[in-house]
Amino acid sequence: MNRRKGKNTFWIMMMILMLIITAGFLVVFIVRIISLGAPVLSWKFIVEPPREAMTEGGIFPALMGTFLLTALAMIFALPSGIFTAIWLTHYGKPQWLVNILHIIINTMAGIPSIIFGLFGMAIFVNLLGFKVSLLSGSLTLAILALPVIINNTEQAIHSVPADFSEASLALGATTRQTISKVVFPAALPNILTGAIISVGRVAGETAPIMFTAATFYSRSLPHSLQDEVMALPYHIYALMTEGTHPESQVPIAYGTALVLLILVILIDATAIIIRSYMRKKRQW
Amino acid sequence: MKGIKEKTFQAIAYIASLLTAVCLIAIIYGIFHDGLPLFQFISWKDFLFTNNWYPVYSPPGFGAWALIMGSFYVTLGALIIALPLSLGSAIFISEIASPGLREIAKPVIELLAGIPSVVYGLFGIAFLAPLIRQWFSLDTGLNLFTSSLILGIMVIPIICSISEDAMSSVPHSIREASLALGATKSETIFKAVIPAAKKGIIGSILLGFGRAIGETMVVLMVAGGAAQIPKSIFEPVRPMTSTIAAEMGETIMGDLHYNALFALAIVLLIITFFSNLITEIVFRPKRQK
Amino acid sequence: MVERQIWTSNLNLWFGKNQILHNINLEAYKNHITAIIGPSGCGKSTLLRCFNRMNDPIPFMELTGKVYLDGKDIYAPKTDVYAVRASVGMVFQKPNPFPKSIYNNVAYGLQIQGKYSKSEIKDRVEESLKAAWLWDEVKDRLHHSAMSLSGGQQQRLCIARALANKPKVLLLDEPTSALDPQSTAKIEELCLALKNSVTILIVTHNVAQAGRIADYTAFLYLGELVEFEKTEQLFTVPKDKRTEAYLTGVFG
Repeated sequence: MNRRKGKNTFWIMMMILMLIITAGFLVVFIVRIISLGAPVLSWKFIVEPPREAMTEGGIFPALMGTFLLTALAMIFALPSGIFTAIWLTHYGKPQWLVNILHIIINTMAGIPSIIFGLFGMAIFVNLLGFKVSLLSGSLTLAILALPVIINNTEQAIHSVPADFSEASLALGATTRQTISKVVFPAALPNILTGAIISVGRVAGETAPIMFTAATFYSRSLPHSLQDEVMALPYHIYALMTEGTHPESQVPIAYGTALVLLILVILIDATAIIIRSYMRKKRQW
Repeated sequence: MKGIKEKTFQAIAYIASLLTAVCLIAIIYGIFHDGLPLFQFISWKDFLFTNNWYPVYSPPGFGAWALIMGSFYVTLGALIIALPLSLGSAIFISEIASPGLREIAKPVIELLAGIPSVVYGLFGIAFLAPLIRQWFSLDTGLNLFTSSLILGIMVIPIICSISEDAMSSVPHSIREASLALGATKSETIFKAVIPAAKKGIIGSILLGFGRAIGETMVVLMVAGGAAQIPKSIFEPVRPMTSTIAAEMGETIMGDLHYNALFALAIVLLIITFFSNLITEIVFRPKRQK
Repeated sequence: MVERQIWTSNLNLWFGKNQILHNINLEAYKNHITAIIGPSGCGKSTLLRCFNRMNDPIPFMELTGKVYLDGKDIYAPKTDVYAVRASVGMVFQKPNPFPKSIYNNVAYGLQIQGKYSKSEIKDRVEESLKAAWLWDEVKDRLHHSAMSLSGGQQQRLCIARALANKPKVLLLDEPTSALDPQSTAKIEELCLALKNSVTILIVTHNVAQAGRIADYTAFLYLGELVEFEKTEQLFTVPKDKRTEAYLTGVFG
């Protein structure tokens, strides 16, 4: 028995050790980004454009670019994704089509982001002639976000008890009315949380926009959908790999990374908070 | 009148679904369309199994063996690092930690899973690589070892959170039965809880695999640049993803190099498709109604 | 003179290859309570759901025969199924109010029709809640969530919600099986009061309940309508051996 007790203690210690090492890595990581990024951060950093060939100044265009790309991508992806989920849960006939669609969605969810980038380049930039632009980039990002939004919305709808739909139908409501007046409002908090998390994901992606939207050298904001844009994640990458003045550019990269990190964490934290608040308020 | 509203709504939903299907079909079509032409120049066997990646020589070589192996090496390395750490942490959070600690840990892991990969890449290239170069007296810190390390750290939150979910879903009655038979906590964990959570844990590992092999930015920034099979873990390596990202800028649409990069994409697509398929089977073995 | 309100004619129903209902000819009379009794799983709920076409959404459902409401077959093609459902209300076994306010629950059926003014809806809500004996208990908190009500109150709310459509028929599917004895008694009394304004069809697995409130009782066994009589007659001199066996507790 003592041997077993010893083993028990050993393994528990091991688990604690694993957690500590993991936490350690992550702490070093975060601390590093913060400590090197914070000194660069300032109000000017956020609202000013870069100067002197990206060695000085701020990252405003990149911030705007990320914002625009993400907003547009969501405008494309949310309605399509939500309506697809509605079809799958309420109208899906024939069954084989539903099954195929599920396979398609799950496959898409596993495709590496660089492939979306290639696809975006081949179809939007070249074939459809949208060129490297805000439009191409946001369409590419929208397709990337689509499977996540669909799966999340489907789950949210499934979590609404069938009792409500039955009661609605029995009162003479149509499927459309049942969805819009009962099911969707009840599923909304979860749909919202999922959408917010998708926003965070899209904002942080680099590979899909490398060949479809992003540029390193624009100093101004995009004037139209056909313009190239800067974006935070791409800016970090470009500074580190295309930059010619590392002494000044590496700190800027850290600063940009910190801004991106704060942005993504704020977005995800908002989603998590909304979700747990909604869970407590849930009436069923 | 009511009928029109109903039919319109249903039609919109149907069109949205078809659009989704079209997207995937378009992706597959697009990648294959621009990738297959390569195989008029080189056989797929040579493409996959020869180590001869010299796309800008003349005549150009498109043997992608080193690249494919690069992807697998870096993924394997990442999993070697990530598995003990993430599973250990998952076990701790699910089985050992106090409820208060668990309440904090779970959202934290979720937040960590959302950190963009380019930030990990920055950490790798700006901090870890020089450090490793120093510690091990190497020529460069941008190599298989460093990139596996960063990739591993990146993948930990995913594997950890899904395994933890799987383990905490195991009903308490199983733990109680084990303890009531005189088992210790660690015996309960390894012999009762983990076998019960087996499906979810394996699924999480597969997901981690898929994420790691498809990752671009980290390996682009940290793995080094050489399209060679590394002879040691401290040598640079070039997975497929970073090859595509790095070389795409040098190609002209329609030339062989362009096709070759799309051909790499085909390989990636096939690998992730099968990895996905296996994950599906693991997570949902019985889809009976 | 009793008048037929809703009745079936040679009704057969299948779910896929399983035939659930066999040649049912059941009548329910205006302003009377008809109970459907029988052992579990022999199609009572399925039969009830034929009267408001709530079986339609179930996959692989096939139905032959006719169901008449005031002389019109509700399964005829081109029938407005939504109007049928508003005319034939249903209350379920487990109370299922919407996660909305009490007011909005009762008003729902009217709101979706889009043809009532706000004041008309307000009056109808009050009328229905009074008819369901719930008004006094909730009149001061109409905008509170319906989920804050007790089980018995929720079920009365569901009744009020169905009544708001001014249906001709009210279908009750084991409405008290999830409730405590006091709430059960209240709802049984309510049914007796309501039959003057609406025809009631109630499925119950509680034979005594049928005995207490039903004017007519139908005994359904394995999807077949074995016997249909005035309740008193069915209970005292059942014509079929199976009815007798069920009533005396041999099975069920």
